[in-house]
Amino acid sequence: MARITGNEFLVKALREEGVEKIFAYPGACVVDIFDELYKTGSPQIILPRHEQGLIHAAEGYARSTGKPGVCLVTSGPGATNLITGIADANLDSVPLVCLTGQVATGLIGNDTFQEVDIVGITRNICKYTTMVRSRDDLNRLIKEAFHIATTGRPGPVLLDLPKDIMAELGSDVYPDKVNIRGYKPQVKVHDGQIGRTISMMYKAAKPLFLLGGGVKIAGAQADMKALLEQTGIPAVTTIMGRGSIPTDHELYFGNVGMHGNFAANNAVNGCDLLISIGTRFNDRITGKLGTFAPDAKIIHIDIDTASISKNVTVDVPVVGDAKAAIRKLLKEAGERGAVKCENWVKALAGFRDEKPLKQDTKDKLLPKQIIDAINSEFKEPIVTTDVGQNQMWTTQFFEIKGRGQLITSGGLGTMGYGLPAAIGAAIGNPGREVIAVCGDGGFQMNSQELATAAINRLPVIICILNNGYLGMVRQWQELFYEGEYAGTCLKRNAQCDSRGAGCAGCKGRSAECPEYVPDFMKLAEAYGAQGIRVEKADQIIDAFARAKAKKDGPTIIEFIIEDEELVYPMIRPGGAITDMITGPEDEDKRGGGISEL
Amino acid sequence: MNCDKSFRRRWLSLFVENQTGVLARISGLLSGKAYNIHSLTVGETQDPTISRMTICLDADDKTYEQIKKQFNRSIEVIKVLDITDASIRSKEVMFIKIRDITDKDRAEIFQMATAFRFQIKDMDKSSVLIEAVRTEIKNDSILKVINERFKNIEVVRGGPVAIESISMQDR
Repeated sequence: MARITGNEFLVKALREEGVEKIFAYPGACVVDIFDELYKTGSPQIILPRHEQGLIHAAEGYARSTGKPGVCLVTSGPGATNLITGIADANLDSVPLVCLTGQVATGLIGNDTFQEVDIVGITRNICKYTTMVRSRDDLNRLIKEAFHIATTGRPGPVLLDLPKDIMAELGSDVYPDKVNIRGYKPQVKVHDGQIGRTISMMYKAAKPLFLLGGGVKIAGAQADMKALLEQTGIPAVTTIMGRGSIPTDHELYFGNVGMHGNFAANNAVNGCDLLISIGTRFNDRITGKLGTFAPDAKIIHIDIDTASISKNVTVDVPVVGDAKAAIRKLLKEAGERGAVKCENWVKALAGFRDEKPLKQDTKDKLLPKQIIDAINSEFKEPIVTTDVGQNQMWTTQFFEIKGRGQLITSGGLGTMGYGLPAAIGAAIGNPGREVIAVCGDGGFQMNSQELATAAINRLPVIICILNNGYLGMVRQWQELFYEGEYAGTCLKRNAQCDSRGAGCAGCKGRSAECPEYVPDFMKLAEAYGAQGIRVEKADQIIDAFARAKAKKDGPTIIEFIIEDEELVYPMIRPGGAITDMITGPEDEDKRGGGISEL
Repeated sequence: MNCDKSFRRRWLSLFVENQTGVLARISGLLSGKAYNIHSLTVGETQDPTISRMTICLDADDKTYEQIKKQFNRSIEVIKVLDITDASIRSKEVMFIKIRDITDKDRAEIFQMATAFRFQIKDMDKSSVLIEAVRTEIKNDSILKVINERFKNIEVVRGGPVAIESISMQDR
């Protein structure tokens, strides 16, 4: 056994874990680790332009490859810039190992330059966070970090690495086993609970699968499709679960929740048995809790015991891995054949035909036309989104087939996610088509990452749906706050305020409004990216063709969309399905503000 | 505040890793999820790598189930023991210093010590130091009586610790 420094050992351990890329930004407290990476040449350093971009890229990498995303940043601001991404990964169950530099142990507590208590700051937003306090613990803690991040319900783990500990000599042996007495995730599924599930499934007249992100994380898409076809039971998904079965499947009825479609929400409302897999019944899914699936017995399959009966009280809890559970159900169902629920499926198809998702033709570009073109022009793309209207339109209209994937910030709703997540996905999937759908607001939160995409020659296609508004909040203001657009107009300027009434003095868009803030074509040019501006529907296909032709760098396609287009349908926050606003015709359901989130 | 019929006092014993930050993790989890605790005590066990916490809180059934699951999910928590409905032995240490007392007062305090079963641990001309090792509820009553009777007092309480009684099967 050779004795090596902590810095040397860390890089060795990363290689043993099979880490090929490390999303890393240097600084004083990690310069020694960078030196080791320089000497060994692997893992490859991906250098973003901001640590928030760094961690979202690691998330995009992890979610598109199934491998943990590894982040390395310096102490102080390097570490605090990770926080939004850590919280994001925690809510969306993304496996991340975040390595943060820390000042030497003798200086901790002295308010040393670039010192923060990052372990304390992240304690409530991490799966696990700890400081390495002795060189003797380092080897074990790195092993445990990867184990905890990637097993059970995946999530972010943070290791804080004091500079002096990392310089110390110690063992070079990477442990091959992990034994954490407080962490034994339950993977195997209880046969009795599966038996109960099966017997309820075959007794139900109106059964429904509700599939969440857990199905995708478990890699159970193929088994889920087989189970659907074996039983004939229809399915709906959360936005995190979209793609857990092909979206064009005849038994799939779309997304549920606040912006879920009419058929999917009515399916939940009308079912007599809800079999939920890998979802935690977030408030955006359930709306008003007392009115969610009012006639249904609920079966909940989840690997995280704490997610079961947290928001919705369930009748049959099944703890375990989604794939293991689905396979067991499939085996049992194989002997019994289809569940008798043809009339129920017909009724749902009726709902789908009655009120399909649509957007009415207008003078300007419509978001649906753009997403439809993604569906027709790309075979199996990885699509990331930002947050807000752009995200909802994508989750509504993007058709996921084959290896196609949707990567979106579902739990935390992090603006600025789309571009860096796409960069991470492109890095993890060379040769795949990667598209980021962003709003003009969210894109600007991490637009500096254009440099990362350009320098790494990543052919990411960035679709900016530009309406000059922070559209989703503007939508709330239009629907529930009598059109009082406080702070949501991105074209608001000094002149507006000179009229004296602030936003209230605004008479709407006019020739006085600045045309482009910023001019995204010039921004593209500044970074050496291709820039295409699209203002009419008949330019969309050509723009995508040009974007696809560019193989050695990013393309920005700026779509000047209808600036007051809304996401329909919408159930007001805290509302019931009867509160669903399906279009402009539902005027009586507007107003009143929002007191509940 | 809470109308749920199941809202009542609960007792938890937590076996946790005896490491820096674990107490912060546990208390942070409780405050971060807006759970109110009544008391939390912690001390090392016979195994120096394990600490044992006694947590006393008021919650309804649903919240309490969620709290236990959240603890179970924490990597640093080795075991969660719900001792709410178990037969338990529980004690709390409470010290009360009473100042500005007369000789008559002192005599009365000594009578109280016999009646309420606490001990006099220290004294001088005008003050007395009381030590009460009783259940938390008993300590509440002792404090109430002394607080009503004397003006100048100083109190420190340790919070209850609890352990299951030896079960009939073990006897």
